[in-house]
Amino acid sequence: MGFIHPYDRPNSYIGRTLPRSRAKRAVAGRGRYTDDITPPRTLHAAFVRSPYAHARILKIDVEAAKAAPGVKLVMTGAELAEMCTGPWIGTLTVFENMKAEPQYPMAVDRACWHGEPVVMIIAETRAQAEDAGELVMVDYEELPVVINKDTALNAGSPVIHANLGDNKAWENTLGSGDVDKAFAEADHVLEETFYFGRHTAVSLEPRIVLCEYDQGTERLTIHTSSQCPHMIETVFARTLGVPEHNVRIVAPDVGGSFGLKIHTFGDEVAATAAAIKLGRPVKFVADRLESFVSDIHARENRVKAKIGIMNDGTMIAAEIDDLSGAGAYSQYPRTSVFEANQILNITFGPYKHPNYRAKATVVYLNAVPTSQYRAVGHPIGISVGEHMMDWAADVTGLDPFEIRRKNVMEDDSYPRNIGSGIPIKDLSHQACLEKLHGLMEYDKLLAEQAELRENGIYRGIGVAGFIKGTAPSPVGYYGAGGARIAAQDATTVKLEPSGGIIVALGVTDQGQGVDTVMEQIAAAAIGCHMDQVRAISGDTDAIPYGGGTYASRATAIGGEATYQAALDLRREILHMAGILLQTDPENLDIVDGNVVDDGSTDARIPLSEIGRIGHFQLGELPNDYQPVLSHTRRYRLQDSPYIYTNGIHGAYVEVDVDTGWIKHLKHWVVEDCGRIINEQLADEQIRGGCVQGLGGALYEHCIYNDYGQLQNGTMADYVTPMMSEMPDIHVGHVQTPTSESELGAKGAGESGTGAAPGVMMNAVNNAIKPLTEGRVTEQPITPELVLKALRKI
Amino acid sequence: MSEEMVTVNMTVNGEPVTKTIPVRTHLVDFIRTELGFTGSHLGCEHGVCGACSVRVDGDVVRGCLMLAAQAEGADVMTIEGITDTGEIADLQDKFVERNALQCGFCTPGMLMTAAELLSHKSEMSRNDIREFMSGNYCRCTGYHAIVDAIESINNERLKG
Repeated sequence: MGFIHPYDRPNSYIGRTLPRSRAKRAVAGRGRYTDDITPPRTLHAAFVRSPYAHARILKIDVEAAKAAPGVKLVMTGAELAEMCTGPWIGTLTVFENMKAEPQYPMAVDRACWHGEPVVMIIAETRAQAEDAGELVMVDYEELPVVINKDTALNAGSPVIHANLGDNKAWENTLGSGDVDKAFAEADHVLEETFYFGRHTAVSLEPRIVLCEYDQGTERLTIHTSSQCPHMIETVFARTLGVPEHNVRIVAPDVGGSFGLKIHTFGDEVAATAAAIKLGRPVKFVADRLESFVSDIHARENRVKAKIGIMNDGTMIAAEIDDLSGAGAYSQYPRTSVFEANQILNITFGPYKHPNYRAKATVVYLNAVPTSQYRAVGHPIGISVGEHMMDWAADVTGLDPFEIRRKNVMEDDSYPRNIGSGIPIKDLSHQACLEKLHGLMEYDKLLAEQAELRENGIYRGIGVAGFIKGTAPSPVGYYGAGGARIAAQDATTVKLEPSGGIIVALGVTDQGQGVDTVMEQIAAAAIGCHMDQVRAISGDTDAIPYGGGTYASRATAIGGEATYQAALDLRREILHMAGILLQTDPENLDIVDGNVVDDGSTDARIPLSEIGRIGHFQLGELPNDYQPVLSHTRRYRLQDSPYIYTNGIHGAYVEVDVDTGWIKHLKHWVVEDCGRIINEQLADEQIRGGCVQGLGGALYEHCIYNDYGQLQNGTMADYVTPMMSEMPDIHVGHVQTPTSESELGAKGAGESGTGAAPGVMMNAVNNAIKPLTEGRVTEQPITPELVLKALRKI
Repeated sequence: MSEEMVTVNMTVNGEPVTKTIPVRTHLVDFIRTELGFTGSHLGCEHGVCGACSVRVDGDVVRGCLMLAAQAEGADVMTIEGITDTGEIADLQDKFVERNALQCGFCTPGMLMTAAELLSHKSEMSRNDIREFMSGNYCRCTGYHAIVDAIESINNERLKG
């Protein structure tokens, strides 16, 4: 019997749009974020951070700070290091030959980026802690700064970490076919260099920890705004020498995450150490200014790309050479090289070119450490690949849709490998492309564009296809790579005495609607009302060990675990009902929370009765049957490294050719995230993802000067998209369930972010094409870059 | 240096309050930590993001850019207050129905500003809504659903 086909039986919640219970309390201002929780006698942490990008710490004088009002503890990096089991080293075995400098939570004898924590102050109030921070005297000796990735490997460049020999973190090359031969045979060889500006997540709720240590039970409890509670548990326990099973991590409501909150940060470890030392609760909230210099950054890349095209538009070869600017250390435990790795994996991923060569080099800089931010690597790889595809269309006289029709992998051609060697299956490039063509009313847009050009109005139409890696397997980066981060996930589904169903999730919810989606899956699989089911997530005391939510994995991985656990519970309920009703369970079903005869909706025994008997009246059951009524299932990908998704974006923009100003008029997305559990929630993931990608494409940029000073670390200077700048976003779906799981769901959370920058760059270039040979090849696409491409400045 | 204190009196969510607090306490910190109304959020603490928006004597202001002492004698309403009065119950229901929020951190501020916009009781385009709401940042939704929700309630209210 199937439960996952929409609407074909009672309680078919899969595919339905249903509201989120967490939303109801959030609109009333009754959400519960970590900063809303303040236990009695809570102390507050503030940090003195390095004002230099690279400096030796000669002397720290904390006497005045210690004597300041309200101060309970002043701790230097060296003192904190003594409380740690050892430094973090941000390498994984999966990245061969990778080099990383050991890192302590705060700078010990050397600060390596502007913003690195140096001294922690704990006081009765945050204001007092900040006041005392002003009294800390640190003598620094400035050291040479490495901030330009293009020259970081030059002979004679200063080396940030002498032990590493040079500034190179990692280098990798992959590919397939005979690339040089193909370039020699190509009718056209196109080459371009692209630059991407470093940016950061800017979750509206900053990073936060509230740490409590019970010196009696030796239990450490941390409330924190995290996507991955168990990973935090593991890392903090091992760093501070607390037995892992004595640690409890609670992630209550999380105010935006976007990958930022899959990481561990030194200042958070420091605050935890203070709570252990003082035996009092300690809260640390990164304020917005320190967020900009301490949250992970991402996407500082230069990519050289080259493609070989035949006169008919067929791409026969592609090559990229990526240079990534990481920060001062490799971010532990996920590293700072994964973004480069993803660029190699996915660039030109939709296309069937037989020859591919890709190289990545990652260098250390005296800047904030980089790591994984929503759609890791994809915005870069997709922007590059789709720009080259549009250029090839121009050179061969094809329409952008036409050249993609010619080159995309056919929908009936899977399973197969892409050029990087990654195996893919269950994709639908052709179906998505045609659906987008219709959704955009492409021919009408072309006519409108031509007409407006006559009047000096320059509008651009952009298209950008993509593949997106979601839901990684425990082979490779996770697991075998050496990181103690679960790529499996688990769900426990329990029947309570009341007949209610508890669904305890290893995956977590930061507003995507994970809890609701899992309730839908469980209710559909069991056969009961949604309001009988309640999800629990984000508390390691209450959930099975799991990886949490990252890499668009919650529904794809956690969803299958939930589905299978719910089916197990359903089987037990039917078994027990069979005993009680003296009926073959095969002839029973569950509908609306009642066990019924198969094909009927007349209740024979409700779940509340099963729950009551199963928990209280066990005498009614035979001695050889002990009810369990709590079922845990784990799920992991087995044969594939990722569940790949695909889709295509369209954009319609207007460029003011005198000012370079871009007005985004309309955005379309057609994507295939496999089986959709809740269409509205899937759509909103895509819309939100798009705007985050558009932020990087148009505005967001962490700007460093030559001294490694971040120049724009405020929300007034680092610009994220506002409502007036963003367009309506029209979303369509093609559903090709993944064959990896019974549920068939793939990830949906990141693809919008992955492809939006590429489609924006293509639309802008399409707009200015009649006026110039120049093309925009850099992001964020500022008006200045547009005017340069127009040869006006 | 001992902390300079001040006694403030104001009405918050309909109830009179008197507290002695450090002079430098911002209004939103006062509301959150002294009074326990945690619905107003701190997103940037420099007046850009709008998550701390509260209503002071009828106007929506940034709670992070105003000292509590400046609200002496004022009538202050937060998301909790306007939830209890029911004045935006329709909008709140629509936000839930349309999923016009994800993490919910910006939402109280977003609703305070939207309530002000809707109080104009005038015809408005989607662009008008986007323009007016631009001082409230959301990192999750991409804004489309928020515009839908506000537009739909404005239309419903104008129809009466």
